[in-house]
Amino acid sequence: MNLYAIRVIYKYEMLRAWETSLQSFASPVISTALYFVVFGSAIGTRIQHIEGVPYGTFIVPGLMMLALLTQSIANASFGIFFPKFTGTIYEVLSAPISFVEILIGYVGAAATKSLIIGAIILGTAGFFVPLEIAHPFWMLGFLLLTCISFSLFGFIIGLWANNFEKLQLIPMLVITPLVFLGGSFYSVNMLPPAWQTVSLFNPVVYLISGFRWSFFEVADVSVGVSLTMVMVFLIGCLITVWWMFKTGYRLKQ
Amino acid sequence: MQASPITCTIPNLSTRLLVFALNPLVLLNYLRPEPVLPELTMPSIVSIANLSKTYTSGYQALKDVSLDIQRGEILALLGPNGAGKTTLISIICGIVNATAGSVTVAGHDIVSDFRITRSMIGLVPQELTLGAFDTVWNTLCFSRGLFGKKPNPAYLERLLKDLSLWDKKDSELMSLSGGMKRRVLIGKALVHEPTVLFLDEPTAGVDVELRKDMWELVRRLRESGVTIILTTHYIEEAEAIADRVGVINHGQLLLVEDKRALMHKLGKRQLIIELQTPLSALPSALDSWALDLSAEGTHVTYTYDPHKTHTGIDELLQVIRDAGLLLKDIHTTQSSLEDIFVSLVKAKP
Repeated sequence: MNLYAIRVIYKYEMLRAWETSLQSFASPVISTALYFVVFGSAIGTRIQHIEGVPYGTFIVPGLMMLALLTQSIANASFGIFFPKFTGTIYEVLSAPISFVEILIGYVGAAATKSLIIGAIILGTAGFFVPLEIAHPFWMLGFLLLTCISFSLFGFIIGLWANNFEKLQLIPMLVITPLVFLGGSFYSVNMLPPAWQTVSLFNPVVYLISGFRWSFFEVADVSVGVSLTMVMVFLIGCLITVWWMFKTGYRLKQ
Repeated sequence: MQASPITCTIPNLSTRLLVFALNPLVLLNYLRPEPVLPELTMPSIVSIANLSKTYTSGYQALKDVSLDIQRGEILALLGPNGAGKTTLISIICGIVNATAGSVTVAGHDIVSDFRITRSMIGLVPQELTLGAFDTVWNTLCFSRGLFGKKPNPAYLERLLKDLSLWDKKDSELMSLSGGMKRRVLIGKALVHEPTVLFLDEPTAGVDVELRKDMWELVRRLRESGVTIILTTHYIEEAEAIADRVGVINHGQLLLVEDKRALMHKLGKRQLIIELQTPLSALPSALDSWALDLSAEGTHVTYTYDPHKTHTGIDELLQVIRDAGLLLKDIHTTQSSLEDIFVSLVKAKP
């Protein structure tokens, strides 16, 4: 294992985030705080409790997931796309590093940034709504799994994209709608039965449901199913990245 | 005519025929027994066997290339743009996957033993690919770390001083001139102390003074035991620093030869005779000499093989005198590596 390589990639990526901390950390936190103000304080006070949880508190896990998913994808995709775009990727490809070490460096840094953002948002939420976490261990587990698996997904997008438009395409046209329709601001049980069934095809539903369960013991689907779906997504991403490096897809072709 | 793949020193028959097709004057030289060059006895550090690369677009960049690069030599790969030089280097360094064939570095396969082979290789890319906001020091530390080497500030300081970059160690890369950036790239390639260094067009866009500095640096590196493979389309670069020269075009290695032997074999010499009185046509007595008369009628050119015992010069001068022509001046010219390169490359469609 080339630990020095992992360390320099990780450090380089974290340093890049630190040097652009306003964009990396402040921006998603401000966006989420605005959601709390609009949906939690302004509109939320006029909405009844959902499954026994005040609306402002109910949306906290969903808002965290919204930020984590978008930030994990954005950080990881840009982290690998930019060296490809500038040509500096040659150095990583010609170094004695396996794809696992490259992944740990880039995806590890992207996941760390998302974790930091998640922690800041959680802290910020405490200023707006009363918050208790029923299962802190599970909450942390879901948080970690989400950050890692969606950073991996972002890494795949970064490898696949060969221009800036493609880099934005999937996050904007696929991920954001899935997160909004995945129960960030509502319970899937509030939908008509037909749409509840359609929602089950949205993988984000399982993430938000599991994460919300760890906060309030309230879930749209069972926590076991949520965990399984996250693991399946994580393994699927790992297999895809392995295949991309093995074949050199969009990297060495 | 297609040239078949050749190994580093002794071209096969089809290659000889190709070279003859390009320049008939060299036939006799090629039919002579090959001189055994001292380099032949040196061990290969890089061995390339039947290497081919076809990109996903369908473009075939390399066609069955075989080559042995000897330890401690400077090999210059000459070729026009798009010849396949960068693809060849990229495959050896692990940046591009080969479609077929194999490469070993010090006996280790570049795919199965990639950690060993890549640790031995340094690469200076053609483009000035550097992060804009990193400092010189940080980018070198990053490169060293990528190659699994623990930080060594003393070595970095020596390297930066050798590259005349020590006073720029805290400067951001975007603030450096093109020449300085090129030197930073060389520093990044050397920062893990490689034994094989690939320089892809190292002096492209570099001024004359810096180019000569780089040649000096390359010579010093060779003296320290580093094997150097450089691609270039500056013939004078190959002529100045290379031990051996390879010519690549359309993905095929046309020739690899010791530089001096190549110039010896393929180089032709011309006798240029300046006449006191311009001629409209050569006298019939000179018809059998295959001479060229310049458009102004003042210069007669005779191309000959300098390695022959009888070059024909003495007889020619006698015939000219007998024909009553008065000479004003006489001199000879030797074809350069550039002439050889152009004749080789032009012959391939």
